[in-house]
Amino acid sequence: MNRTRENSWLILIAIVGVVFLIGAPQVLELFTIINLTTAIAMALLALSLGLIWGFGGILCFGQSTFFGIGAYAYVISAINFGGTSWAIVVAILVAAAFAAVLGYFMFYGRVSDVYLGVITLTVSLIFYNLMRRTSGPEYKIGDAQLGGFNGMNAPPLNVPGDASWILFPEDVFYVAMAALIIGYFLCVWLIRSHFGRVAVAIRENELRAELVGYDVRLHKLILFAIGGGLAGAAGVLFANGVGRITPDVFNLYNAALTIIWVIVGGRGTLIGPILGAFGLFYLIGSLGQQSSINNNLVLGVILVVFVLLGPKGIVPSIIDLWDRKRGRSGAFARQGRRRRNRSPRKVETHHEG
Amino acid sequence: MKGEIVVETRGLSMHFGGVVAVDQVDFTLREKELRCLIGPNGAGKSTFFKCLTGQLKPTFGDVVIRDLNVNHAHSHEIAGLGVGIKTQVPNVFEGLTVQENIWLAARRFHPAARARSLVEETLDRIRLTDIRREVVNEISHGQRQWVELGMVIAAEPWLVLLDEPAAGMTHEEVQLTAELIREINKTASLIVVEHDMQFIRMIADKVTVFHRGSILIEDTMDVVAADPMVREVYLGHRNK
Repeated sequence: MNRTRENSWLILIAIVGVVFLIGAPQVLELFTIINLTTAIAMALLALSLGLIWGFGGILCFGQSTFFGIGAYAYVISAINFGGTSWAIVVAILVAAAFAAVLGYFMFYGRVSDVYLGVITLTVSLIFYNLMRRTSGPEYKIGDAQLGGFNGMNAPPLNVPGDASWILFPEDVFYVAMAALIIGYFLCVWLIRSHFGRVAVAIRENELRAELVGYDVRLHKLILFAIGGGLAGAAGVLFANGVGRITPDVFNLYNAALTIIWVIVGGRGTLIGPILGAFGLFYLIGSLGQQSSINNNLVLGVILVVFVLLGPKGIVPSIIDLWDRKRGRSGAFARQGRRRRNRSPRKVETHHEG
Repeated sequence: MKGEIVVETRGLSMHFGGVVAVDQVDFTLREKELRCLIGPNGAGKSTFFKCLTGQLKPTFGDVVIRDLNVNHAHSHEIAGLGVGIKTQVPNVFEGLTVQENIWLAARRFHPAARARSLVEETLDRIRLTDIRREVVNEISHGQRQWVELGMVIAAEPWLVLLDEPAAGMTHEEVQLTAELIREINKTASLIVVEHDMQFIRMIADKVTVFHRGSILIEDTMDVVAADPMVREVYLGHRNK
């Protein structure tokens, strides 16, 4: 029953995504499009945390670490290769490999959930301090000067096979939006696969998953590495959207922000974190244009409100509400109310856009 | 003597600090046997059970399952040998549906198509076909116990280890569970840890009584029930 409804939602999401992909550059200004590319990078980062936290139960407080590693790996290898196509591959692989190594120590060392959060956050802050201290001329990898506090300029994407054919910002937007759509549907496919269902089972009860015969540590490790690779891809998009990469990607603010997107958007769904990231990105953007209220204060209030009043997040709450309305309409009232029940759905559709 | 030995422990001991929970236990289970482990609280049954299933690593001694020393094996590796395990507190996938629970167990050892038909078969055997789409944390305690049993059955194990499968069940449910266990015994060897004497009478073949970490006596239910030492252990010393 749920599968059919889910499938129609997926089709709707795909349509909205593609319309947005094609339509946005036609109607929006270039400045907005460039900004959107960054927002999409954030959404992809949120998706990666939504995947491992919402479906694998792994609360990684430093998901932005892999995002930053991906961004740095992309810039460093793009400068050294003189082209960006392989740099994207390298960035994703390096981020995934780093997540795998870190995950190995955490999962095989049987580190508990709370400490996992602490460790991942600490690793992020270590990178932050490390990269800030790389300003001297001696800190270079190949031709790439790490640049310390100031960071490095990101070479824009080029057409595969022709390093001199550099993409325009609009084209980068197409690439980013396509990457988000593909990333989303890869995640959907993953959580519907045998592997994904086992990951959910592990989230529900580790001991039972083990007793049924699944290697819990290995499954968590693989999921964590996939999440790391996805965050790395988001880092590539971020470097392209902003045009620069600085140690700030590793700071506490970004680490916390990623968690907030997922909490607000909703754990246990994939579209929730994406919407959460987009929503908060725009909220912060518009708050940035005024100076009467502090950004972080608003962000803090939003987090507190959600944790207290809607801990499930926006999307799961809407789904619950929808289910409850439908359930209450019962057999005897089904005919009369069916039409009226359409209205909340319309509200929902609006959210998807 | 029935068939070959499928489970053997040699000098199995489990110490927690200074407390000796299991003390030098030598135990054997043969093919197609159904063995009940009983004993008063704190006798070491559950600790012994956890050593067998890889949830605890024994301090001394060996656990051998079909010629394989599994002392250092993880639970999932022991399960991977074809061993079905049910724990004392029902361990189920709380937020998932009944059929998803069963499917996860069936799919571990079987290709997709076979797993699907195993799910149907198992749901039928545990009589939960009607509530297959219910989320497990919303069904009754007895039904949750069956879901866990279903997960054991769906994997088609040759050895089944059950820790208090009838705990907290109504009389009727206990009877159905006993039936189910006898049915499992047709294709698998079983070790059942249990408190409920009535339930043991329904299923028991041979009974092992634990007391203070070691085996007190090992015999048929009638002999065990008549044994004065067992009575003493269960009812305490009588003041004369």
